[in-house]
Amino acid sequence: MAAAKEIRTQIGSIKNTQKITSAMEMVAASKMRKAQDLMRASQPYAKQIRNVVGHLANANPEYRHDYMVERSEVKRVGYIVVSTDRGLCGGLNHNLFKALLKEAVSWKQQGVEQDFCALGAKASTFFRNYGGNLVAAKSGLGEAPTVEGLIGSIKVMLEAYDEGRLDRLYVVHNEFVNTMTQKPVVRQLLPLSPDMGADAEQDDENARPGSWDYLYEPDAKALLDSLLVRFIESQVYQAVVENGACEQAARMIAMKSATDNAGGLIDDLEMVYNKARQAAITQEISEIVGGAAAV
Amino acid sequence: MANSFTCNIVSAEASIFSGTVEQVIASGVMGDLGVLPGHAPLLTELQPGPVRVIYDGGAEENFYVTGGFMEVQPDVVTILADAASRASDLNEAAAEEARQQALKAFNDKSSELDYTRAAAELAEAVAQLRTIQQLRKKAGKG
Repeated sequence: MAAAKEIRTQIGSIKNTQKITSAMEMVAASKMRKAQDLMRASQPYAKQIRNVVGHLANANPEYRHDYMVERSEVKRVGYIVVSTDRGLCGGLNHNLFKALLKEAVSWKQQGVEQDFCALGAKASTFFRNYGGNLVAAKSGLGEAPTVEGLIGSIKVMLEAYDEGRLDRLYVVHNEFVNTMTQKPVVRQLLPLSPDMGADAEQDDENARPGSWDYLYEPDAKALLDSLLVRFIESQVYQAVVENGACEQAARMIAMKSATDNAGGLIDDLEMVYNKARQAAITQEISEIVGGAAAV
Repeated sequence: MANSFTCNIVSAEASIFSGTVEQVIASGVMGDLGVLPGHAPLLTELQPGPVRVIYDGGAEENFYVTGGFMEVQPDVVTILADAASRASDLNEAAAEEARQQALKAFNDKSSELDYTRAAAELAEAVAQLRTIQQLRKKAGKG
């Protein structure tokens, strides 16, 4: 019966693990709802500011802000990588880093250097192993990230751009397609491209490229300076909250499949256990019968 | 020429207002400005203060923004507020208290205080009060 006892303990331990994963699944499901609410709440702002900047890129402004001018030569690009703080969320971070590496390798082949800004603990760990040039890192954003918490890291990247150390800036994050699907995306932040607001303004007849300009109050430079910085901040914030929703959704799915797998494992082990028990009983009976016959 | 246009007011946290209006009055950094349909494209920074939207037919609604940006296109006005609320949700007592506190902090020379921040808080509290007073004046009239 020694084997049967071992199997019993194993089943017990798997059952405990299953309890943990199913609790984590439920926690992730409730957090996901909150994260999705947060994502939806900030979407209108992100969309409207993208519209405005899209108009701006289509206009013919008297003052061309540095962020709006495509640089002739790209020597160094920056990536803001949004990852999760915690693991146990399936292949979410892994897929993201894979998408990022694909980009990074193609830049490398063109002889372009890269700087990285890691948002979230997993990205920091990744760059420690991968060895990219990490210029800023921020982790512990929590479930309700604030714009204030991100400003520092964003500023590092924007300053690098201002000083010409970076010629392009991208943000890398997971896009929340639905609960089952999260898609890693690499989006260009700087310089602003005129098609940036295109998706949102197809029905807008105001898109008359190149022929008009805004009136600015107080003046173009001061206004665009603060507007464009605000725009970048809102885009990065949106990326972070969207990634947060992805994280919870991915964790929920990962924990659900872990719970299911544990169930399967328990079924298999119970089968083995019953067989072992049956075999032991059969053996005992045959021993008794054998013994009785001998007497 | 249509005599109304679309107005969207969004804050960082939520969409506050979206609808068809006849006129929008906001307080820009260079002073209050009213926008009617067919206005030339304009981009301006907003200071803390009231935003009034006037519907077709004269009914109006008040909002309060803590600053942000306003984009004007001939047939759409977008207000990107840092934070916004409906003016009727403002609490006069709280605003007055905030004003007193900001004023105290501002005058308190000994404290290690960030003066620009105190000034901003003061401006915000005053703007809230201004919005409330405007609302009340109208209520008294109507």
